[in-house]
Amino acid sequence: METVLAMKGISKSFPGVKALQSVDFDLYPGEVHALVGENGAGKSTLMKILSGVYHADSGEIWVKGKKMVDIGIRTMIDAGVSVIYQELNLVQYLSVAENIFMGREPLLHGGFIDWKGMNKAVQELLSPFRIDIDPRARVYTLSPAYQQVVEIAKALSLNSDIMVMDEPTAALTGNEVDKLFEIIGELKRKGVSIIYISHRLEELAKVADRVTILRDGARIVTKPLAELSLSEVITNMVGRTLTEQYPKADYTAGDEVLRVEGLSKDGYCHDVSFAVRRGEIVGFTGLVGAGRTEIMQTIYGYMRKDKGRVFIEGKEVRIRSPRDAVRKGIGLIPEERKQHGLILDLSVFDNATITILDKETRLGFLKRKNLQSLVNNMVKTMGIKTPSTSQLVRYLSGGNQQKVVLSKWFLRNCKVYIFDEPTRGIDVGAKAEIYRLMQKLAKEGAAVIMVSSELPEIMNVSDRIEVVFGGRIVKEFRRDEASSETVMEYALGLHEEAESNLAVQGA
Amino acid sequence: MKNTLATTLKNYGIILAFIIICVALAILSPVFLTRNNILNVIRQTSIYGIMAVGMTFVILTGGIDLSVGSVLALSGAICAGLLKGGSSMFVAIIAAIGVGVACGFVNGVFVTKARIPPFVVTLGMTNIARGLTLIYTNGYPISGFSPAFREIGGGYVVGIPIPIIIFLAIVLIAYVVLSQTKLGRYTYAIGGNEETVKLSGINSSNYKTLVYVISGLTCAVSALILTARLNSAEPIAGIGYETDVIAAVCIGGASMSGGRGSVWGSLLGALLIGVLNNGMNLLGVSPYFQQVVKGLIIICAVWLDRMKTIKD
Repeated sequence: METVLAMKGISKSFPGVKALQSVDFDLYPGEVHALVGENGAGKSTLMKILSGVYHADSGEIWVKGKKMVDIGIRTMIDAGVSVIYQELNLVQYLSVAENIFMGREPLLHGGFIDWKGMNKAVQELLSPFRIDIDPRARVYTLSPAYQQVVEIAKALSLNSDIMVMDEPTAALTGNEVDKLFEIIGELKRKGVSIIYISHRLEELAKVADRVTILRDGARIVTKPLAELSLSEVITNMVGRTLTEQYPKADYTAGDEVLRVEGLSKDGYCHDVSFAVRRGEIVGFTGLVGAGRTEIMQTIYGYMRKDKGRVFIEGKEVRIRSPRDAVRKGIGLIPEERKQHGLILDLSVFDNATITILDKETRLGFLKRKNLQSLVNNMVKTMGIKTPSTSQLVRYLSGGNQQKVVLSKWFLRNCKVYIFDEPTRGIDVGAKAEIYRLMQKLAKEGAAVIMVSSELPEIMNVSDRIEVVFGGRIVKEFRRDEASSETVMEYALGLHEEAESNLAVQGA
Repeated sequence: MKNTLATTLKNYGIILAFIIICVALAILSPVFLTRNNILNVIRQTSIYGIMAVGMTFVILTGGIDLSVGSVLALSGAICAGLLKGGSSMFVAIIAAIGVGVACGFVNGVFVTKARIPPFVVTLGMTNIARGLTLIYTNGYPISGFSPAFREIGGGYVVGIPIPIIIFLAIVLIAYVVLSQTKLGRYTYAIGGNEETVKLSGINSSNYKTLVYVISGLTCAVSALILTARLNSAEPIAGIGYETDVIAAVCIGGASMSGGRGSVWGSLLGALLIGVLNNGMNLLGVSPYFQQVVKGLIIICAVWLDRMKTIKD
């Protein structure tokens, strides 16, 4: 069969790193070709070369049998390549239609925008997907899933027949993922070819035809997915057999460290009570939007609580800001690494030490030497891959960035660590390392909370599981009493209807 | 290593421009390289150079302080009024500094607590401080001070004008604060990503307020020098200063969105503007034309810097 896209012998170096070494990649019409690899394996670089953002040092790109010359963002779009990025690139305060036709707005005579024509065109674009989106709606009012559909519609309006989807399901709930797969099916029928990048390997079997695995900038294998098992994919990605993706540690819980009683925040969480003991990892799961992150942010003082009490080591504490929380020994590893966890344009050193500058001063001056040796140790024990501690964190891979966030809290020696989606967007190898670090913390006497949407992670890492639905904890499981199915039932609220009805009547 | 190299390269561009301008002026004007003229340039530069140091803090957090010129006028007027009213020099100086700090504090509180954009708050303060100055002075200059006070603007220590000594001391202190203290590191961090700073358990509002206080403080110091040097506090002093001050910081390589910049860059930026002003005066360039040149230099300097950043 004729390929719609062929990338041949693509190489690219950045100062100090060979990002890609003679990588081949091809794509057939109507095919979903999965591209997997650990963070830093070269997936994003390859896609940036395809979309014309980076220029390859060597290699050729052929689109529909024609060799591309003078490759740039514009030429690749004209050739039919569209990228739907992980962080969506929509203008939040403009309408759906304006976003889709940005730069190509249909005009009436006299240069006025043809709103009617534009909105109608959008409806036509969206109709095959049977999704009800008002073309006039401002984008910020749409859920992440719908925003993604808008991105896809935009690509279609550009007559793209090669679409790159970068972690398209990262922000989606289960239902939304199914819907996305339907859309992908529809796109395939239209003859659109899709390059599908995802860390959620379980998904690939449902959606992809072939898979290419990259490791350390080189192509390891390209095969029909049916010929590879999940464990073979993982082995090829990491280059070693992950005998234990979820390391199990012996678990002995000590005294209670954190207790929360009747925590409420109007519209976000309601009457939340739980406790975490020394040496314990408590998993919080639930659907996206169930209120898990909000519960944690309320405990942490990032959102002001309406009601409820928080105890640390048996003593009630007043937490009205993150500053109070940190002083009482709570550390929060936030869900949004780049927005909330890091300062991208500062160095590894500056990011890692930000939590301890108040402790490491003498007469107002920073103890530079002390700080430097603390950071050096941390980089070593965490295995952070960086040329130096003065490297800007912007240039680190996702997994290494996450380790920098962890470092800043480990340096602070917290009593309670709250991990919010600690492995989102992180490759398999780095995931296992992060689980190990969490268990190490617990073993050393910390209380650990892990918020996660990934059920396998919750089931395997937590000592206890709290299921959140509609802003309330609806069920608590010990690790040995939980099964994926029952946890999911509670997360979906299947056991809740009677109770929540009562709650409404009571209120 | 790579980082420092890149930073040096970026500054190198300005240093190069600075050297070229100096060499050109040395060739074109016999007066330029004389000791007197050089000291004169730096002394003139010190007035807004000191304010540029304060502005560097504000811009590093991603803010802006448009009120520097008016705050300078108000500080100077209060100081002059007290001196004329028979207060001791000590009291007058403390009062002037108090005024600068208070204006900065008000700016900071409105920015952090009321969450009004810095541009708007300090624009308002520009009018308030100017208005208060006019009320206090009735619109007339307050002139004629003791020789001791005038020393601040016109005196020398070991042959170096006092304003220059104050200027360099402030640059040095600011450098140490920015690189070696919590306040300094938080200043960069807030400009980089304020949410992360907050979530790291740091009261970013306090530190943000503090940078406006520092800016107000540097305005007061400049006010003392200017008032002493002119032997007069003018109610219209400092009008338009914010452009030179902000320009100095921008030319010095600071990012207007915060997180990037240095006090050495701002020093260099201030000197470049000073040399340019002086040079064009020496060459008899029309003041009207001077404005145009200065504007072009500002845009070009930042443009050069931008091109380097993109290449990185």
